[in-house]
Amino acid sequence: MQSGWDTKRLWRWLLLSVTGLALLGQGPFTDAVSLADAADKRSAKPAAGAKTKARSRAAKAAVPRAALTGSAREIVDFINKQIRQGWTDNEIEPSAVAADSEWIRRVHLDLVGAIPPLETVESFLKDRDPAKRTKLIDNLLDDPGYVRNWTTVWSNLLIGRRPPRRTSRRGMRQFLREVFARNRPWNKVVYDLVSAEGHFERNGAVNYMLAQMTMRDDGVQATAKTTRLFMGIQVQCTQCHNHPFNDWKQDQFWQFNNFFRQARRVDHRKYDPRSGRMVDDFSELVFTDFSEKVFYEQRAGTLQMVEPKFFDTPVDAKPETDLRKELARLMIAGQNPLIAQAMVNRVWGHFFGYGFTKPIDDMGPHNPATHPELLERLSLEFVKAGFDVKQLIRWVINSEPYHVTSRVGGDNKVDNPAAGEAPLFSHMYVKSMEAEQLYDSLIVATGAHKAGGAGWEESEQQRQQWLRQFVIAFGTDENDETTTFNGTIPQALMMMNGELVQKATSAERGSYLNRVLGERGSDTVRIRRLFLSTLTREPTRRESNAAVQLIQLIKAKKGDPVSAYQDLFWALLNSNEFIFNH
Amino acid sequence: MRIPTPRGMNRRHFMRHMATSAATVPALQFLSDLRTHAADIKKAQKACILMWMGGGPPTIDIWDLKPGSKNGGEFKPIDTKGDLQISEHMPKTAMQMDKLSVVRSMSTREADHGRGRYYLHTSFVPNPTVVHPTFGSVVSRELGAKRPALEIPSFVSVNAPSGSPGFMGARHAPFVVGSNGQIRNASLGDDKSRLNQRLRMLSVIETNFINSKRGESPKSHKEIYQKAVNLMTSEQMAAFKVDEESEEMKDLYGTGGFGQGLLMARRLVETGVPFIEVGMGGWDLHNNVFTTLRDQRLPQLDQGIAALTQDLSQRGMLDDVVLVWMGEFGRTPRINGNVGRDHWAASWSVMVGGGGLKGGQAVGKTDRDGTRVDGKAYLPGDIWATVSHALGIPSKTVHRSKRGRPMKLANGGVAIKELVG
Repeated sequence: MQSGWDTKRLWRWLLLSVTGLALLGQGPFTDAVSLADAADKRSAKPAAGAKTKARSRAAKAAVPRAALTGSAREIVDFINKQIRQGWTDNEIEPSAVAADSEWIRRVHLDLVGAIPPLETVESFLKDRDPAKRTKLIDNLLDDPGYVRNWTTVWSNLLIGRRPPRRTSRRGMRQFLREVFARNRPWNKVVYDLVSAEGHFERNGAVNYMLAQMTMRDDGVQATAKTTRLFMGIQVQCTQCHNHPFNDWKQDQFWQFNNFFRQARRVDHRKYDPRSGRMVDDFSELVFTDFSEKVFYEQRAGTLQMVEPKFFDTPVDAKPETDLRKELARLMIAGQNPLIAQAMVNRVWGHFFGYGFTKPIDDMGPHNPATHPELLERLSLEFVKAGFDVKQLIRWVINSEPYHVTSRVGGDNKVDNPAAGEAPLFSHMYVKSMEAEQLYDSLIVATGAHKAGGAGWEESEQQRQQWLRQFVIAFGTDENDETTTFNGTIPQALMMMNGELVQKATSAERGSYLNRVLGERGSDTVRIRRLFLSTLTREPTRRESNAAVQLIQLIKAKKGDPVSAYQDLFWALLNSNEFIFNH
Repeated sequence: MRIPTPRGMNRRHFMRHMATSAATVPALQFLSDLRTHAADIKKAQKACILMWMGGGPPTIDIWDLKPGSKNGGEFKPIDTKGDLQISEHMPKTAMQMDKLSVVRSMSTREADHGRGRYYLHTSFVPNPTVVHPTFGSVVSRELGAKRPALEIPSFVSVNAPSGSPGFMGARHAPFVVGSNGQIRNASLGDDKSRLNQRLRMLSVIETNFINSKRGESPKSHKEIYQKAVNLMTSEQMAAFKVDEESEEMKDLYGTGGFGQGLLMARRLVETGVPFIEVGMGGWDLHNNVFTTLRDQRLPQLDQGIAALTQDLSQRGMLDDVVLVWMGEFGRTPRINGNVGRDHWAASWSVMVGGGGLKGGQAVGKTDRDGTRVDGKAYLPGDIWATVSHALGIPSKTVHRSKRGRPMKLANGGVAIKELVG
């Protein structure tokens, strides 16, 4: 693998990523340390003008192997130190530590995909244990909600919210449920997804590939999506020409593409006695001989032949070689494969709203990371910890920046990635809830999760049906989609008038509101409970007064006070504070 | 359960409460103008209708045929009422071509769906540090903001993924509707009077969160709610009701999603909406391009474009309404092994018409085989600069990103001389 490293900047970058120690082939890692020290320390300054420094940044990112201890405390300390350095360099102070009530809501939404139920909030607020946050993190990582939430997140990434026809969403979710329930090592998961074969429900992993193979496109979509999703590099433009901004060349796209040419989907049909017609049965992914050569058309119109190649690693492709397995093996090989830093960046982005690069799946020398050393160290530690996703999450969310408030302080207004600045993580960024998070949070806030009744599959179906109204497909062969969900009028209308909120605010027997009203206590106590179960905090005096007034107004008019509570509950569920994860 | 309903509640009351609850949008002040201006709305309101061909249409088979070339494919060109030929499968549109022009020399370099979609909608190539506004958002800001009588969103997207308002903010985001014009959850129901009560309580909670310094999003949430309430209580909602058109009119446009979307667009323009995007998908024709075009895409497309042009013209609106037809790119001149055409951005066509622009012309040209532009090539910014010219948006307009970076209108594109004269 040694030859040709110094030929292109890209290879240098890859080299750094892969070995994590050698510097441009200059020798032992001690050099790396001194060079890193000498390098420009303003690592987190805004990206303007950063392009020219790509190389020194990449160089700086090298972490000596001896530093890898695997100790959770030390890694968390390292995160804190690196993030603090960014604050110091930019002369800002972080926001204060978030109150327990703010933090518990955030950690629930991020880890288990829904706001915490009232009882959990109350007992957490009462708990005097100084280690209660760390303990809660551990508990939530073992909660079934963790499995469900991350299954949703990855199912959306792998096959989309509206999977293409003849892809089994159920099969995909089954596979993912096992991944997150058993906390399977991420490298094994990537290997399975890239190399899977077989029946779309018996081996759910195949659905990832099936969803990329909806038309005969010679594996083009599978190539683009696999590199982007798992390795954080965007090559889709290089299908037709060399990349305008990064070092990808057209031939590399087709070298990668070569690995997918033996995959073939078989869509089985069966006779349906009821309709007397043939209907869809199962689909499967099978290995098929591909002994032809791969050609691609250059812009000049000439045809060029390529062999399968993983960056600079050629593959000895015999007809019986399973090239997808080869690719999967190469993707997970090495001390710091790209899949590690791509996952670290994605996980960081999940919890903070911004990753170390923007977008999170376009990494490389053309788009330098905001905190290259941190990204590098976390990737190496992630690999060393056996690609343990839960462990990675633990490091990230036990760190200081995850515990600061989303309230901007007096001194860190400039930390505003929404305006295009590089994120410094000095306050938590406000995130919009995903559609699934909102749905599940409404269920929690209205106590519907305790009512039982519908089974898992049935409630999952209801949830899917509700979600579908917000998804628009782009109408292309890549099955890309967008959502009309966030911050739109249809969303506001749905929250104001939709069936779900209507049901939630109904005061019928068995409903949450009915229960709250049936319990003892003054209006103030009830108001407090409604605030805690929706916004996870106590009402301010002004809010409490406004609510009391509302109730008294209705009583004065000899109306049913229940309707006043309904209106309060409606207002809480419709508020900006409810729909934002902060 | 009995619900108390205060008497005398009407739309004005909602608006007043909304007005007191949000400082940013003065809802009340335009109420008095509302009815008086209603009559003027129908005339002389500039607008743009973008017909978006999701997937990348093979313009070589529609607007710029290459008879006699190896890339020519199966279709023949026919004469039109304008000074150019188009595909034989566009006969109705051919009869309207005196009013429409084709720019045959687009060269746009981005041949990936996502990047092409972004580039053509915004005039800018994707850039990680900023999200540029899709052009509908630009028009919404430049024209929509000056139409106080408009109660429904100033950028409507019918069956189309129009992209993001970027740094223009959520208030200029596209309002996405289906071509049946049904807007979910927009009915006030029987609870009209209660909405006030609820909005008052909501305002207390929202204001508390907005004042807690958590960035822009909490405020824009409130603005969106205000727009949603406007929508629910507005008589202009009727613009979405395509069903109210006569059967004859519906048949003229075509009963598919594209035709009905265009018909709705016309209704929206009449109501004062300055930008409507109508989507038609299924152009990503890597396989069987000719049969799919002939049997499915082109009949619908032909009927829709012809009906819209004719209808606007008969109503005397065509001089104020710019029509733009485009996708994210064209398709390869070379026909692939599956009788399809792949992505191609180097030489392709966009159709532009109405808005006082000159019709009946082919602007620019491609070579004999359609593989490259002969002479001057145009970029998306040039198309949007042309549209801006027609809409009366000054070409010197500069917007600022959230970081204060100046962004030229249409990325500094220049209006196409042959079209603006």
